Amino acid sequence: MFDVAQIRSEFPLLTDRTIDSERLVYLDSGNTSQKPRRVIDAMSSFMETSYAPINRSSYRLAGEATEAYEAGRTAIARLVNAPSADEVVFTKNASEAMNLVAMAWGRANLATGDVVVLTEMEHHANIVPWQMLAQERGIEIRWIGLTPDGQLDLSNLDELLDRAKVLSFTAMSNVLGTIPPTKKLCAAAHAAGALAIVDACQFVPHNVTDVQDWNADFVAFSSHKMCGPSGIGMLWGKMEILDAMPPFMGGGNMIDTVTFDGFTTAPVPAKFEPGTPAITEAVGLAAAVEFLEDIGMANIRQHEMALTRYALDTLNHRFGDDITIYGPDNVEVRGGVFSFTFRDLHPHDVSQVLDEKNVCVRAGHHCAKPLMKTLGVNATTRASVYLYNDESDIDALADGLDGATDIFGL
Amino acid sequence: MPGLEDLYREIILDHYRTPRNRGELETPPAVKIDGHNPLCGDEITVYLTVDGTGDDAVVTDIKIGGQGCSISQSSASMMTKAVMGKPVSEINAVMRRFKTMMGIDGIEMADADSEVDLGELEALQGVVKFPVRIKCAVLSWNTLSNALDAALNPVE
Repeated sequence: MFDVAQIRSEFPLLTDRTIDSERLVYLDSGNTSQKPRRVIDAMSSFMETSYAPINRSSYRLAGEATEAYEAGRTAIARLVNAPSADEVVFTKNASEAMNLVAMAWGRANLATGDVVVLTEMEHHANIVPWQMLAQERGIEIRWIGLTPDGQLDLSNLDELLDRAKVLSFTAMSNVLGTIPPTKKLCAAAHAAGALAIVDACQFVPHNVTDVQDWNADFVAFSSHKMCGPSGIGMLWGKMEILDAMPPFMGGGNMIDTVTFDGFTTAPVPAKFEPGTPAITEAVGLAAAVEFLEDIGMANIRQHEMALTRYALDTLNHRFGDDITIYGPDNVEVRGGVFSFTFRDLHPHDVSQVLDEKNVCVRAGHHCAKPLMKTLGVNATTRASVYLYNDESDIDALADGLDGATDIFGL
Repeated sequence: MPGLEDLYREIILDHYRTPRNRGELETPPAVKIDGHNPLCGDEITVYLTVDGTGDDAVVTDIKIGGQGCSISQSSASMMTKAVMGKPVSEINAVMRRFKTMMGIDGIEMADADSEVDLGELEALQGVVKFPVRIKCAVLSWNTLSNALDAALNPVE
């Protein structure tokens, strides 16, 4: 039995914080998730008892801190079934992970005229780094389009992948919730001789992830969307590719040796981790992974599928033609993200009215402006759920939308 | 805690439902300047014609295009009424007063600015209690400022 009340009780902000003496209805986890007590405690406790530099000093405390930091890497490898923890590179966030791939691997392997295939539902983090590379060296970017219900239109995939060196795509759209066939897309990329890069930022926090089953080459995701702290993200990559790549950024920790004439690099993953990393955050991340594992990723997915079904049905039944919810209706291929337009109201006004009821949603383009163009809108309102949400949160959202009607007199 | 009635005053909703001076002007002679709010994706286009030069130049026509929320749209609509037929010196004074009302730092007020009557624009005062919406209210004014620059300093 999935006990939302029990889970919610582990999140201080969700239980203790009130605004206008009322609890918060947090429906913005696609943006960032709230943090359970054990993550907060793990970070505080580490700073109070074990904080020290990592990988540098030889005293025992530093060794302890290094072990704690590396435990974060081990936890992540376990969570996504990576063959080796050394294949997990810590970055600042998933955006930096995507930039690392585009700039380090891309610069070493892509030349003018080479083709990179993206999809129309990508986050800016999986668009702009490639566009920067396109400006720098004239690579060609092609786009996989969408079907009317917001799934990838794969009818011309072979054509798009012809001569492609990269297929880089999201495993779950942050706007539509769409979960594309990631394993199939990775296979198609490889069949075309292209690298398969997966933006799994929205996927990993909500699903069982198996990077080996996908047979992806790179997978980027972040800590803060999966109950961990902000300030740390992950790039998993196949060792032979990471090993052959040049470094991304230079500095301390990433070198083997430095002379007046040049440098050699440290082995992966240190090669990609210059400077002092987010040490305390890695400790908090390990606690977040253990928290999620205790509940079970498959259970979280089941809960969110049921909640997604409830949300789609509730909003559509209550508001009919007044609401347009984007993305697929089939919860088998959709996560708990609901982007919608409501009557003629601008999303900023919708979210303002919802905020009056303590319902926290995001309004805007969700860092996916090209997708907004495909959808034919300027912006949407987006509610997104996580393991601590239940049907009462969806009901609060619907009640809040009723309030919008009153204010604007529609 | 400010209530929504502080934000969504009736006159604001009126300008939102029935925006004044919406449309386009032929370019040239009009200048056309786009403004964006990267936070929310709101876009506004200001079409502007002026007669004369420098501070004495007069706005002879203004039209607004683009889309946005009730605050950005109503602010733009009220702005067109406030600047139509006015000299640039007076528009700049209103702009300084308006931005100061919005709590924007670093606006240097001229001595005479305290005399400026904001008229309907006063209705937007409640926006300042909702800090994330201030950008919505000033988007059209910032775009107008760029449009005036372009109109008064044409690139030959």
